[in-house]
Amino acid sequence: MSSTKYTYAVARIRALEIALFDASVIEQLLACSTEQQCIQLLQEKGWGDADTPAKAEAILDREQEKAWETIRDLHVDMSVFDVFSYPNLFHNLKAAVKEACTSQNGRNRKIYYEDTNISPDEMLDIIRSKEFSRLPEYMASAAKEAYETLLHTGDGQLCDVIVDKAALEAVYHAGERATDSIIRDYAESMVAIADIKIAVRSQKTAKTIEFMKRAMAPCKSLNVERLAKAACSSMEAIVDYLAGTVYAEGAAAIAESSSAFERWCDNRMMRTMQPQKYESFSVGPLVAYLLARENEIKTVRIILSGKQNGFSEEAIRERVREMYV
Amino acid sequence: MSHLGIVYALLGAALAVFLAGAGSAIGVGIAGQAASGVVSEDPSKFAKVLIMQLLPGTQGIYGLLVGFITLSKIGLLGGGMLELTPQQGLLVLAACLPIGIVGLISGKSQGKTSAAAIGIVAKKPEQFGKAMLFPAMVETYAILALLISILAVTNLQF
Repeated sequence: MSSTKYTYAVARIRALEIALFDASVIEQLLACSTEQQCIQLLQEKGWGDADTPAKAEAILDREQEKAWETIRDLHVDMSVFDVFSYPNLFHNLKAAVKEACTSQNGRNRKIYYEDTNISPDEMLDIIRSKEFSRLPEYMASAAKEAYETLLHTGDGQLCDVIVDKAALEAVYHAGERATDSIIRDYAESMVAIADIKIAVRSQKTAKTIEFMKRAMAPCKSLNVERLAKAACSSMEAIVDYLAGTVYAEGAAAIAESSSAFERWCDNRMMRTMQPQKYESFSVGPLVAYLLARENEIKTVRIILSGKQNGFSEEAIRERVREMYV
Repeated sequence: MSHLGIVYALLGAALAVFLAGAGSAIGVGIAGQAASGVVSEDPSKFAKVLIMQLLPGTQGIYGLLVGFITLSKIGLLGGGMLELTPQQGLLVLAACLPIGIVGLISGKSQGKTSAAAIGIVAKKPEQFGKAMLFPAMVETYAILALLISILAVTNLQF
């Protein structure tokens, strides 16, 4: 019966998928002339709660929380979703390390994600008391190294690099351990795309090959050594290298612009998730729903910030992602 | 040893009821999980998903029907139980196997198909008719097995 353990959860997700935004809703948002009109439309669509302030960030944060509340409410083994919670957890680690090194007391609540396996208070307490062994194995050594590096060198960027690489490695290993192929594919894709982003940014800011090697996490679909070498050479070299990998389309997007590449990354993920619409008994539809929600929230954030900053409809449209439904 | 024939015949009736019933229980259980998932988000679809959930329940009824016919055939229901040889008992057992085995397998398969079809109803309730056809297709094979079991049991000459 193990093949049917996600039956309830998948059916529930199918019912929830109706409320996901499709391209027509995105068009409606784009057609709104002001940010306030967009917020009004979002509220009409059920975004936020009755007590959520009518502000973009408050509504988007609430929707992010709702997506995770839904997944937790499905009563499935949450370890499957570890791979998706690591980025926020490692973000909190970075914030805790920086806060522990710069202030002795109190906590700046605004810089943490609240909804994590290790609460921000506990994380800060661990870092301040230097009890790194209380952290999970995949975090402990990176936390110690990042803390000591920041304390001794004051180099915030290096601290970020250490924690970000540990996050990528944690995601990758969680993917390797996963029995569901969709999680493995997601982890592989996420790490490879992060490596490509590091290569592109490093090339633009003329970083050394040592820096890149320190920042990039190895994965199967990319040779990070060759990618780093290409990034040291030129942007064309990165594009040439990627053209021979499964990320060839991404190479074309890099050549276009960095926002086109970011859009390609998200669109690629959504296209990869499309077959999950027809799955009935695996964890895939749950994963796809979570990613679709995140993609939807990101797209709405892009539209809202575009409206806020007076961008033209065309400029916003260029950055809008493809929807799952 | 003189009752061995009737033991075989009763075993056949029991297998028809037990296996087909188990298939239905599994199938209705699987479809029920999917139905609960949909109703927890949209209670207005209760009636549609309930019909879907009940589709795999028929195998159990078919098994029960063959069981009754078998008990009636061997005279257990009307009194005056027949004296069956072991060979005759085995013939009754063999006649009961189609609905037993096919009932078990088709019940489970129909449950999974119903669960998938409930996914259609969740997203496109107006496609209910088409969605119901998919699990109904599985029913065909349970009916074929039922036919063979009934024909075999009723046509056995003692």
